[in-house]
Amino acid sequence: MSADFLYTIEVILNGLMAGVLYALVALGFVLIFKASGIFNYAQGVMALFAALTLVGLQEGRVPFAHLINAVFGTHVHNFEWTLPALAAIILTVFVMILFAICVEKLILKHLVNQEPIILFMATIGLAYFMEGFGDLMWGSDVKKLNVGLPQGGSFWFEDLTIGWAAEGEKFYGMYVDVLDVWAAIIAVVLVLVLTIFSQYTKSGRALRAVADDHQAALSVGISLRMIWVLVWSISGFVALVAGMMWGAKSGVQFSLSLIALKALPVLMLGGFTSIPGAIVGGLIIGAGEKLFEFFVGGFIGGATENWFAYVLALLFLVFRPQGLFGEKIIERV
Amino acid sequence: MLYREVGEFKTSYSEDSQTFPIRFDKYRYFFVLIVGLLFVPFVINDYWAGAVLLPFLIYSIAAIGLNILTGYCGQVSLGTGGFMAVGAYASYKLMTAFPDLNILFIIIISGFVTAIVGTLFGLPSLRIKGFYLAVATLAAQFFLIWLFNKVGWFYNYSASGMITSPSRSLGTFLITGPDATPAAQYLFCFLFVFLLAWVARNLTRGKIGRSWMAIRDMDIAAEIIGVNPLVAKLSAFAISSFYVGVAGALFFSVYLGAVEVTEAFSIQKSFIVLFMVIIGGLGSIFGSFAGAAFMVLLPVALKNLLVLQFGWPVDIAAHLEFIIIGGLIVFFLIVEPHGLAQLWNLLKQKLRLWPFPY
Repeated sequence: MSADFLYTIEVILNGLMAGVLYALVALGFVLIFKASGIFNYAQGVMALFAALTLVGLQEGRVPFAHLINAVFGTHVHNFEWTLPALAAIILTVFVMILFAICVEKLILKHLVNQEPIILFMATIGLAYFMEGFGDLMWGSDVKKLNVGLPQGGSFWFEDLTIGWAAEGEKFYGMYVDVLDVWAAIIAVVLVLVLTIFSQYTKSGRALRAVADDHQAALSVGISLRMIWVLVWSISGFVALVAGMMWGAKSGVQFSLSLIALKALPVLMLGGFTSIPGAIVGGLIIGAGEKLFEFFVGGFIGGATENWFAYVLALLFLVFRPQGLFGEKIIERV
Repeated sequence: MLYREVGEFKTSYSEDSQTFPIRFDKYRYFFVLIVGLLFVPFVINDYWAGAVLLPFLIYSIAAIGLNILTGYCGQVSLGTGGFMAVGAYASYKLMTAFPDLNILFIIIISGFVTAIVGTLFGLPSLRIKGFYLAVATLAAQFFLIWLFNKVGWFYNYSASGMITSPSRSLGTFLITGPDATPAAQYLFCFLFVFLLAWVARNLTRGKIGRSWMAIRDMDIAAEIIGVNPLVAKLSAFAISSFYVGVAGALFFSVYLGAVEVTEAFSIQKSFIVLFMVIIGGLGSIFGSFAGAAFMVLLPVALKNLLVLQFGWPVDIAAHLEFIIIGGLIVFFLIVEPHGLAQLWNLLKQKLRLWPFPY
């Protein structure tokens, strides 16, 4: 095989891996949109907040340390203990559930029956709030997240592929980040768990019923508010997984919340209401933008990843306005 | 007591559709105009112009523009920052390419350039609706910012990648550049705000405004009663972008003077303008002003209160600012989803009957 071809495969492979991470964020969006019709812009910030909380708990940081020091003139930084990764993850899950309950009690309850755009704006307000709150609680420095996942390139894969190139061509093997592979595996497991949950448990069935038809679900005795707490908790959990992966990759910092913007074109492509759509959309966007950057980006100044996904999704939508797997839009007067 | 019409005695349509049916409102309007024109320019200083008045006026124009698109025509746009950047770069290119061209025309032509770009990015709205469209407009935001950042022609290949506005004057008054006086800049922006708000008010109650509202309320039904969705949607995009482009041109040339595109016209700007429209009130010109005032004054007030009064560290104040702004936005949406304009209307209804409500 020629080296160019192998490079292309390498780019696609890495793009697909990145796409899995986009899909993880998009998944949280889809869950909330299906269950409550809310376009949750705060999903990215939720991932940031979950990752911040995880790091904070793991390292035993004192919450609001900076604020406490400023108000009382003390010098607290860390507790005496540190937590193992698993315990911290479980505690963070509880924090995200608490967060879901607060969101339902303080915001969603009061905004029932409002127009979608109002709910959308409310989640942007929530995103602002969480951004400030997370930084105030855990400090705004860049944090290293280590939950015991392996990092760095895979030598095994490099050694395996180095012999594939044709004779006399320079090729050093394909670079694949082990963390990305783990992220992909975890994402697959997560989707499987979610599918099993929604197919075979009682609350999962209630969730699907609400997604199908709010009013019918209400009339057979499903508590909408309970479902909302549930679905925000699940999205919180998905956000935690996404935040963990991105955080381990590039450190926990403000820019983590911007992955929400990466997930939006994925949603458009896959459709706002489809879980498989989020996955497939994520893979297409991930591979597409890396390929475009590889082949075209160099000629037109680079950094095309910022907008290529949007333009791709936009062109796609012109031909199929409800996305790849979205529900067909039926309009009546 | 003072604030009422004495019964309904309207005998013509023009009387029925006037902007200020109550005399008190009309006087208030002229009062605001006179204070704005004859009083403020003499007391204005650098701090008030830079921190409050200029951003308020310029954001008002942007908010009116977005309100035309989102509030009147129902097409949610998240590309406002990108379109403001188009206005800013158009004015920069015009200023540097035609040094003799009057600044007034430069701003207006920048608006037209933005209108063309906005119409192009509005084309998908004929196929895509709702949140899909909102996300699609983000394509405009990211693509335009990338374009202005990467293509050297737009910033005249300057080494820093920034654009700096040269000195231009209107008559004998310097409007742009570092030596311009705040009073002249203020009056220049005031002129644009006054004219554009007046045009917007009259557009939205005329035929074209009604067709926008028909599209907003239900586009299929509107199509059936004879509104052409192509014309209505694209005209909304064009006129909205014109306003946003003028705002962007003023923002760059008059207010900031020097701009780095990824910073000044980022997606945050789109959200801020959208906040103004939502908090002020969708489908209301007054609401655009109220929202702009709210979003401009709030950070200034918070900063003054927390940093200067309480002496808190700047970073804590910045975090608290995020928390308070986010909290207030949610609070406002819960208390009054239809914005400040609706609160204002309720107040007026109450005032009409005051002090004998029965």
